[in-house]
Amino acid sequence: MQSFMPLYVFIPVFGFIVSLFFNRTQEKAITNVALGTVGLHLLLVLFGVFTWLADDMATQNLKYWQLFEHDGFRFILDFYFDYLTAVFATVGAIVTFLVVLFSKFYMHRDEGFKRYFNSLLLFYIGFSFAIFAGNFETLFIGWEIFGFTSFLLIGFYRDRYLPVKNAFKVLSVYRLGDVSLILAMWMAHHVFHTNITFTELAQANWLELFHVSVNSGSLLFIVLMILIAVAVKSAQFPFSSWLPRAMEGPTTSSAIFYGALSAHLGVFLLLRTSALWQVVPGFDFAIIALGALTAMLSSITAKVQSTIKTQIAYGAIAQMGLMLIEIGLGWHTLAIAHFAGHAFLRAYQLLVSPSTLGYMIHNQFFEYEAKPITNHTPSRLRSTLYILSLKEWNLDTYQLKYLWQPFKWLGKQMLWLESLPSQLFLVAMIVLGVMIELEYVFVLSDISQYMPVLYAALSLFCILAALASRDNPMRAWWKIVISQLLIVIGVSLNVHVESAHVWIYLSTTISAAVLGMFCLHNTYHIDKDINLNQYHGYVQERPDLAIIFLICCMALVGFPFTPTFIAIDLMFTQIHDHQYALVALTAIGFIFLELAALRIYTRVYLGQHKKHMHPIAYRSS
Amino acid sequence: MQTSIFNEQHVLHELKHYLPSQSPLKDFIHHNSLHALQHLKFYEAIFKASKIFGFQATTPLSDFRKMYANGRIRDDVLQRVIAERHDEINVDLWREKALRQVYDEHNAQRIGILRNYWKAQYQIDLDTAVQPLLFRLLSNYLDQGISVMPFPIGNVGFLEAIQQLENASFVSIFKTPRARQLLQSTDLSIVKLLKIVVGNPAYFEQYLFDQQFSHRGWSGMVATVEAQPDVMLDRKNITLNDLIILDLLLEIDSLDAALGEVWQPLSQHVQVPPVDLFASVSNTELTEVLMIWQDAFEWSYYDDVLAGIKICSQDLAKNSPAPTTKTFQALFCIDERECSMRRHVECVDTQAETFGTPGFFSAEFFFLPQNGKFYEKLCPAPVTPKYLIKELNVTVPRKHDHFYTPKTHHVFAGFFASFVFGFWAFVRLLQHMFSPKMAPAISNAFSVVQPGGIFTVENIDPQLRENDLQIGFTVNEMAARVLSLLSSIGLKKDFAPIVYLIAHGSSSANNPHHGAHDCGACSGRPGAVNARVVATMANHQGVRDLLKKAGIEIPANTQFVGALHDTAADEIGFYDTEHLSVDNTKLHVENVHTFERALDLNAKERSRRFASIDTKAHISKVRQAIKDRSVSLFEPRPELGHGTNALCIVGKRALTKNLFLDRRAFMNSYDYKTDLEGKFLANIIKPLGPVCGGINLEYYFSRVDNYKLGAGTKLPHNVVGLFGVANSSDGDLRPGLPWQMVEVHDPIRLLIIVEHFPEVVLSAIKTTPDMYEWFINEWVHLAVLNPVTHELYYFKQGAFAPYQAITTHLPSFNDLHQLIENALPMRTNQLPEATQENLPVYLS
Repeated sequence: MQSFMPLYVFIPVFGFIVSLFFNRTQEKAITNVALGTVGLHLLLVLFGVFTWLADDMATQNLKYWQLFEHDGFRFILDFYFDYLTAVFATVGAIVTFLVVLFSKFYMHRDEGFKRYFNSLLLFYIGFSFAIFAGNFETLFIGWEIFGFTSFLLIGFYRDRYLPVKNAFKVLSVYRLGDVSLILAMWMAHHVFHTNITFTELAQANWLELFHVSVNSGSLLFIVLMILIAVAVKSAQFPFSSWLPRAMEGPTTSSAIFYGALSAHLGVFLLLRTSALWQVVPGFDFAIIALGALTAMLSSITAKVQSTIKTQIAYGAIAQMGLMLIEIGLGWHTLAIAHFAGHAFLRAYQLLVSPSTLGYMIHNQFFEYEAKPITNHTPSRLRSTLYILSLKEWNLDTYQLKYLWQPFKWLGKQMLWLESLPSQLFLVAMIVLGVMIELEYVFVLSDISQYMPVLYAALSLFCILAALASRDNPMRAWWKIVISQLLIVIGVSLNVHVESAHVWIYLSTTISAAVLGMFCLHNTYHIDKDINLNQYHGYVQERPDLAIIFLICCMALVGFPFTPTFIAIDLMFTQIHDHQYALVALTAIGFIFLELAALRIYTRVYLGQHKKHMHPIAYRSS
Repeated sequence: MQTSIFNEQHVLHELKHYLPSQSPLKDFIHHNSLHALQHLKFYEAIFKASKIFGFQATTPLSDFRKMYANGRIRDDVLQRVIAERHDEINVDLWREKALRQVYDEHNAQRIGILRNYWKAQYQIDLDTAVQPLLFRLLSNYLDQGISVMPFPIGNVGFLEAIQQLENASFVSIFKTPRARQLLQSTDLSIVKLLKIVVGNPAYFEQYLFDQQFSHRGWSGMVATVEAQPDVMLDRKNITLNDLIILDLLLEIDSLDAALGEVWQPLSQHVQVPPVDLFASVSNTELTEVLMIWQDAFEWSYYDDVLAGIKICSQDLAKNSPAPTTKTFQALFCIDERECSMRRHVECVDTQAETFGTPGFFSAEFFFLPQNGKFYEKLCPAPVTPKYLIKELNVTVPRKHDHFYTPKTHHVFAGFFASFVFGFWAFVRLLQHMFSPKMAPAISNAFSVVQPGGIFTVENIDPQLRENDLQIGFTVNEMAARVLSLLSSIGLKKDFAPIVYLIAHGSSSANNPHHGAHDCGACSGRPGAVNARVVATMANHQGVRDLLKKAGIEIPANTQFVGALHDTAADEIGFYDTEHLSVDNTKLHVENVHTFERALDLNAKERSRRFASIDTKAHISKVRQAIKDRSVSLFEPRPELGHGTNALCIVGKRALTKNLFLDRRAFMNSYDYKTDLEGKFLANIIKPLGPVCGGINLEYYFSRVDNYKLGAGTKLPHNVVGLFGVANSSDGDLRPGLPWQMVEVHDPIRLLIIVEHFPEVVLSAIKTTPDMYEWFINEWVHLAVLNPVTHELYYFKQGAFAPYQAITTHLPSFNDLHQLIENALPMRTNQLPEATQENLPVYLS
């Protein structure tokens, strides 16, 4: 079985690459590639399940390919197959296959026909990586691809305001989950002194094997970070409000993502890491509490929803809360079965959601009963619950106020970085850093231990300033590039890094930076105005520049399979477990890096086209 | 304060006039999207509205030019259009402008400028701050049955309900105290709040327009429900006034939350007053060029049609067909989708005769299905019937689909549902994908008449009434309706043994807009009940006796049969055939065979536009594929509705029998010889504007600006409260037609062609000002064919002028199958390419 396990990710990768070579009007070819890819994958999954059953359900593991090794840090593509993989892969392949088939007709002649199927296959790559992953690194690849395709499909109708706005909003919440996972990986690396695999974790005596104390704060940190990632992905408290807002794409993509697979990835992660958190005393109670709180709040919220898709969204969140409870109670098999049924149910409910209008009105025609006329006002508790649910327990407001606003504020304070002297200062700092690194300049060791933190802080400031910038995107882009140079210096000052690696990283960053600048520059010259205060929607005029710029963004921020992706992983593992300031600064920087870059992309290229010479959507639509 | 310059009632009235007036989607009644400006000439209205509201008024210039390049717009027609508008000598000049001149096509709208000052002044995005909560409150209050927990206070008006809810709760809807206090203040009014928000009364009107048009979908729905509460089954007491007050309160709340209570009203920051919304709009050279193109686009098609009509009329005079005995007669709706069906019926059985008449068959009534809790109106929307038909004796229980139960959203029920329904959903999905079939959740056109049910058609005792409606029609009343039906289409003699009354409806799955495909003459519902009721009337002996007195003698062996044609599935069902005589039963069996063959052909003709169906496959396969399509959840185009409609022909069938009009013509049968003075003509033409013109213009506007006047693509639509669709969770309602319905449509106005003498038609259209407005203001075109001289006339500026068609020769085809099979499918759905699918006029 191990021999063909790599196919589980390479089939989707291959299908995705092939699907890029058609144009929008070749619908048949595009759908055949998608159906062939997912169909073949489905067969292989079924074959795998049979093989695994025949093999007495023995867990399979394959250390496949070492992408990278550095000083004890090894980035290995590692594949894994156990009962959890079997169920998630089977349900995932079936749902995806059916939805692809559904979409073949549903998406016919849509302006984004090709884009849709490309994104769907990209999503499937991410799904496969996550489900078949044998270690955190491989899972993280899938996780990242997943988040990015969510952004693409929520913002699928990119010439309208709300999809673009909500795509960005969901991306920012997802970013929290990504960083939590990175931090968990960072700490795990320090706790276990190796890149631990799920096979190793599944061994009964892993605690002894790795000399880990159950009471260590580090272990608690890891599982807390995992729980945050779970809560984000499965829209648990307090992150619930993103799920109803993600229903912006075609109904089919909502079904597969937010009804069936994407949202359950949190549940998957929790099950996958159960060996880890089960040893932390009391953590199962935390999971149960989180699940129960979410189930309670969102089931009430579901009851006051008067639109079909948001009702399904909140209903689904409540069920995922229940799954958390089941997992906390140790009823993993029940949770897995619950997932499988629930994924089908929600996918189906979303797919048929347009039928609701006709069917329920028809029913009402025959079954309507006028409400008895009463003059008493509802009870205080009932009214209070109603208003709170209507306002989604203000979670969105609090998130904005306490999570994002402080950074926005900080970013605004950092706008002085735009001035010429401060630009010169930053360049000087980079030169200084390079000179220290090359040992042209010596710094007292008392000072040098603070240098990495200083550089990480400067890098973060640049990113925040880029995020807060309201005028020139080219300057914002420039600040992002500077921030990357600063952070790489910071890291290399922290520990010795092989110069070859630095060069690979720098060459990617710099080419992406230059190419991105070229796109922005060309776009600027169309109308001499691309300020970040509004959406410009230039994808309408220059789709070529838009896609190139998007690729540049991905390269710059470390999307999987770009050299920067490895660098970011490496960067984190090189931070020692006591360097809290450094890890915090780097982690926050990592959250906002992608947001700052994609903010430029969304503002300049997406949204309503600013020129009213062809039909443009109303903002509120 | 000088509030006198702001007349609240007047502004509210104006707002309601301009807001979209689409009712909840359960009843889809097509109407002119720009009804508010119908008192103006078409071009003046569209360019003015475009300037005010920012939408596109016509096809873009670049698309016109592409259609010129690909031959859809003819050069000779373009030159003639220019000559008519700008004289012969300027043809080259304007032709050059039309073809090559570069124009600034940027259309800066007026609406929203004033309210945008908030953003400019305070960097506050009021839309984002206010709309999500406002929409939620509205949708929860108006909800017809999606939410599990309904709005806690349902029996009072919207604003009062909000006040009570706020009073009864520990937490507030608002974030800040001032809005909270204002909500409960006794003198709460729009003016009071506007003074806080806007300040200067001079800006009140414009501000309200800006504000309400920032969510025109919701405001339009509220205005519609206020004007006609019965458009919702669960009635709601809401007014635009309530909505505006809440809107303003939420604005105050958001401003207070962001700035504290110290902000100044908007008018303090307005240095240059923005241009008045309704200030006149001057013509530019660009609009002139667009008008030329639009005319040229329209006449490139009309010219062929008129030429064809004239050729047919002349041929007819030369060799009029010998009268033959008819095997049967069939009355179809005037709907342009029946245009091809009639052609195929006549083709399969050359001795069959078909007629077109509005699909309610002249019987207007409310209908109460057995166990129904409401009345359904079954006649054109503007008519208010005085009669009620009830359905009795139905024994088959209604079927349910348990997947739509909101119980799956309860925590514990949802848990069990995951296990029970979840895996069942998988099986259902497989079945939907690989073997789609009719199910309770699919809207089924045939479900309006239940097997075994009987209707209370005849009223014996006029005292038998219900809610001020008479139950059934008396014999006299029945006779009057049958007489009116038969006279208007000129069917007064030569009755065949069976006369079919064939209504139409449309089945479709997963389609919130299904009502838009049903019969417009039956208020957007399938017309089966009307067909069955009128057949019963016409078979009534008492009615026949009265008809005989009125000069129409129907032979005793002639029987009327009601039927329904499902235009999506291409299926037909007949009613009460057990009452047929033995002879007629035999004939009917043969006729059914004819209809089935015709449906095969009709399905094949329709299939050429559906990429998923191979038109060249065996005809039975094509027919099955068409049927499957109407019950397929994954199919966003079960049928193409009224897409491509362009013509309305009032005259005898023989005029169009040899013309291939590609399902683009509404056809109303009319014989001028039976109505030389035009007594019936006025009544025939009167509904053509609102019904056919309404359909045509709704398609026009949804096609030229699908974003602003249409509903956009239907793929992401989210059903709101069972009355509308929106994009996403926080989006505005989307009135208008979805993209999938209009992509094949040529955005051209309707050309009505009447076979009669020009002076008779002129006096007929002048009988009511409402009817005349459609023609004099050019919202529809009107042409007349003189039946004696075969000359054509075109109605222009109040008079008929002779029309000479440029086309003299039309192509013809030998084999319809080949024509259909070889027609090219659209390459993309961009207008110049998409509408190339529409075939030219052929003589057959």
